[in-house]
Amino acid sequence: MSLLPFCEWLAATAGSIALHESLYAYPLIESTHVLGLLLFGGTVAMVDLRLLGVAFKEVPVSRMNARILPWTVAGAVVMMVTGFLLFYAIPVRTYQSVWFRAKVIFLVAAAVNVWIFHRRVSRNRRQWDEAPRPPLGARITAGTSLALWSGIIVFGRMIAYNWFDCYRPQSPFVQWLAGCVTEAA
Amino acid sequence: MTWVERFDALERGPVGAAIRESLWLFPAIEAVHLLGLALLGGAVLMVDLRLVGAGLTERTPAQAVADARPWLLCAIAVMFATGVPLFLSEAVKCFYNFSFWVKMTTLPVALAFTFLVKHPLARRDLSRPAAALLGLASIALWFTVAAAGRWIGFSG
Repeated sequence: MSLLPFCEWLAATAGSIALHESLYAYPLIESTHVLGLLLFGGTVAMVDLRLLGVAFKEVPVSRMNARILPWTVAGAVVMMVTGFLLFYAIPVRTYQSVWFRAKVIFLVAAAVNVWIFHRRVSRNRRQWDEAPRPPLGARITAGTSLALWSGIIVFGRMIAYNWFDCYRPQSPFVQWLAGCVTEAA
Repeated sequence: MTWVERFDALERGPVGAAIRESLWLFPAIEAVHLLGLALLGGAVLMVDLRLVGAGLTERTPAQAVADARPWLLCAIAVMFATGVPLFLSEAVKCFYNFSFWVKMTTLPVALAFTFLVKHPLARRDLSRPAAALLGLASIALWFTVAAAGRWIGFSG
């Protein structure tokens, strides 16, 4: 099953065309996406660094979560709204971007990592809430989170580059990864 | 030598030339610049949120400054280490780019404000409105630097 027909339909809608052809709307949305990164990526990094035991060591993990994560959620809303609009402006090319696909996979992995943290790692949090250096499990999820979000940021930036775009000559492997539709198919 | 000639000479230097000749170097450095931006955002906002009266309210503003300081310095180091090569690869374009000059004007202001005004004042007993104003001014300054930086890529 391919989402390509849906993306092609989306690309033909008036809103998508207007956004794609806009002089200022697209760069403004893109800039808001980057400014959202300051809030979202920044607060994620601070919470993860606390869990790693290298920052805000005097602040209990529960206080960090209670006081900082609401800002992370606010940042996530900004990232999702602007991110969806960026996709809406260029649906087909983005869908067939290997970077975008890698980003989506990492986003899913980051969500699973959060779920693992809340379900497994933080179950006995009361025992180590105030510990400057949380137990190994917590540090592993924090390190995983930092690695995944770094990947997501890098992949997101790379979507702008056309090295692996379907209109260029690509190896069969890249064509498969990007879901390019070849004339022979 | 005029200024644009100086910028041209910088661009022709070994670092700028190496980045321009590579397909991957500019995007790779740019991506690390973006990672540094996220870290910078976190380190700045942890203090600014506290000044505004949100975030880690059980810490004093002075404690928040001390907590965030190593990460702020680390982020600034990453931003300079990546930002300077990015500039060197397209110095002449930057010279004619309005956003670049907005960034180069607001960046020293933001740095001076942070280290010479915000941090010293945060260590004193500030009234709540004064602290909030300090935090909001810092947020406005740094977000302007970031937005102007992003806009360099859109214009020219």
